[in-house]
Amino acid sequence: MATLTSSRPAARPARRSAGLTPVRERAQRPSFWPTAILLLGALYCLFPVLWVLIASTKSAGELFSTFTLAPSTHLWDNITELSAYRDGVFWRWMANTALYAGVGGLLSVVVSAMAGYGLAKFRFAGKSAIFNIILAGVLVPGVVLAIPQYLLLAQVGLTNTYWSVLLPSIISPYGIYLARIYAAASVPDDVLEAARTDGAREWRVFTSISMPMMVPGLVTVFLFQFVAIWNNFMLPYIMLGDDRLFPLTVGLSGLLNQGASQPAMYTSVITGALLSILPLAALFLTLQRYWQVDLAAGAVKA
Amino acid sequence: MRLHTAMKTAAVVAATAMLAAGCGGGSEGDGGSAADGPVELTFWTWAPGMEETVAEWNAANPDIQVTVNKQDGGDPAITKLLTAIKAGSGAPDLMQTEYQKIPTLVAADALADLSDVLPEDLADRYADGTWESVTLGSDAVYGVPQDSGPMQFYYRADIFEQLGLEVPETWDEYAQVAEQLHTADPSKYLGTFSANDAGWFTGLAQQAGASWWGIEGDSWSVDIDSEPTQKVAEYWGGLVEQGVIDNKPMYTPEWNAALNDGSQVGWLSAIWAPGVLEGNAPDTAGKWAMAPMPQWEAGDTATGNWGGSATSVTSQSEHPEQAAEFIAWMNGSQEGVNALVEYGSLYPADLDAQGEALAEPPAFFSQQADFYDIAAETAQGVQPFTYGPNVNVAYSAYNDEFGKATEARTADAFLAAVEAMQTATVDDLKNAGFSVAE
Repeated sequence: MATLTSSRPAARPARRSAGLTPVRERAQRPSFWPTAILLLGALYCLFPVLWVLIASTKSAGELFSTFTLAPSTHLWDNITELSAYRDGVFWRWMANTALYAGVGGLLSVVVSAMAGYGLAKFRFAGKSAIFNIILAGVLVPGVVLAIPQYLLLAQVGLTNTYWSVLLPSIISPYGIYLARIYAAASVPDDVLEAARTDGAREWRVFTSISMPMMVPGLVTVFLFQFVAIWNNFMLPYIMLGDDRLFPLTVGLSGLLNQGASQPAMYTSVITGALLSILPLAALFLTLQRYWQVDLAAGAVKA
Repeated sequence: MRLHTAMKTAAVVAATAMLAAGCGGGSEGDGGSAADGPVELTFWTWAPGMEETVAEWNAANPDIQVTVNKQDGGDPAITKLLTAIKAGSGAPDLMQTEYQKIPTLVAADALADLSDVLPEDLADRYADGTWESVTLGSDAVYGVPQDSGPMQFYYRADIFEQLGLEVPETWDEYAQVAEQLHTADPSKYLGTFSANDAGWFTGLAQQAGASWWGIEGDSWSVDIDSEPTQKVAEYWGGLVEQGVIDNKPMYTPEWNAALNDGSQVGWLSAIWAPGVLEGNAPDTAGKWAMAPMPQWEAGDTATGNWGGSATSVTSQSEHPEQAAEFIAWMNGSQEGVNALVEYGSLYPADLDAQGEALAEPPAFFSQQADFYDIAAETAQGVQPFTYGPNVNVAYSAYNDEFGKATEARTADAFLAAVEAMQTATVDDLKNAGFSVAE
């Protein structure tokens, strides 16, 4: 326990200094042009959200016939209709997405933390080669890997199961890269030495000392991975055939691609899109502080 | 990269171990069906009303339980099936197969031959042309026809009346009416030439007498760039060049808006059109009417097909017998066909059961009491048409080439697009190793 208490002061000054810089800048008067550009950027990003919000209040007839920004009163009807669609399969998709993103994100954090910590704090043969390969992995888009992953999983008969989406989501090269940066920056070698001198085994050093110090960084990894899985379309689209296993992305796209002989369910898709961004918005608002502080901290330290 | 894959392999191995240890929650795989207990069949489909239809079957047949997995319509599901066939696992037992996709699927060895497991007299229930599209002229049977999509002309009766327009019976009249309408109100069009809907154009070419593929001995022949198709392309290119027909694709938000506000006054579509109109423009209920397709020769009754599917059993299914039993009930019995019409408003391919099932016009066309009588008459005039093993290539060539042609807005560009489709289709057949007769 002595090592634990002694570790905290070591970590704190770093974070405080990172938090202090913005305060000094805030004192200056904001200049006009940067503010205007930022406002434009915000408008650009928020307008589609506003559109979704307004469009989801319209009935199927109004959607294509009334003025774009004129809201209507059918939001509740649309939600009821969407919920009634095929015995509420939409909510199943919502739960599936939460499972894929939540469990996948957590498992990914565990793997990233271990791998990143190992790469940052241990010396072993081929260390830089492995790290370089992982860095290269950051550059390979997940979409490219989806088909090979499908063929691989098909060989062991795991396609069209929850595993087929969860397993590929667990390993995130970017997460490992971030975790390594955070581990290098926030876990001082002296503390590890002290812990080992006190007789702690490596596993305990990792779980009781290093992990708590890396928590802010790991939250960032979790958020990144959570959002990436939440928005992922290609992987589940290729892996899954059973629509009861679909995440929201694949399910909603199916409502649009009904084939020529059936109408696309625009109102349901728009309402579904609105509902599907609510959890993400909530997550961001609650975990935003970690995100900001640690992006800054990571940038300074790296 | 290499490590990446290696890590994933390790992860897969680990997961397999976990599954073996009994942690496989949620996987609804089709492997290892026990000898006792019901046979479980999975069914990939995107046709409407399938779940309700299957529920009726499941209630009456506890030994053969079917699960519907709803898929994206058309190409995506077929691509997914072909991928699963190549991968060696992951395909469903039952698959909705659009008629034009059957040769492709047969060429990929994706479908099981059901000739031994289907009732012998089943073929008698279908029109010869329809049955041929599931046999491909061979002794094998690759599915049972479910519905068909004979094409008709749908138009806004209220606007026709208001502007004093006559319903066109020939393509010449169609061109005249298109011009009258557009002159009377420049915001209105009698139709649009859609570069996104290859199936629609195929139907129009079929009506004109085209058959894009053919079998000559041991070779395929491709006949896209031939007189009937050229005639259709030149006709539509002329209308678009003249500006009396719109050049925007169908099934877009703009097109939906145009259906709602009455600027699309006509739609050359197929028997399932009421459902699409109802979904896209619910407020126009009662304003539409249906008539047979305009003809190239006055007095003819020719039409084409747009849409329509069979139900097939995949080559990966372990229970083709039970699957065939289910299909024969769904697509070839009065009870099954009634369910298809009641829950999905399909236009059944089963002629024996059609009459009873289609007693009432669709709700969106309730004012047109003879809707299904006209439909049955037009269905008689569906022209023969053979699909080849690379319909997807021809269709995507259609999208690319006619996409350019509708932008160019000239009849010449339309003809050039047909020629380019021919070239792309022949080249692909050759590249895939088929012998092609020229």
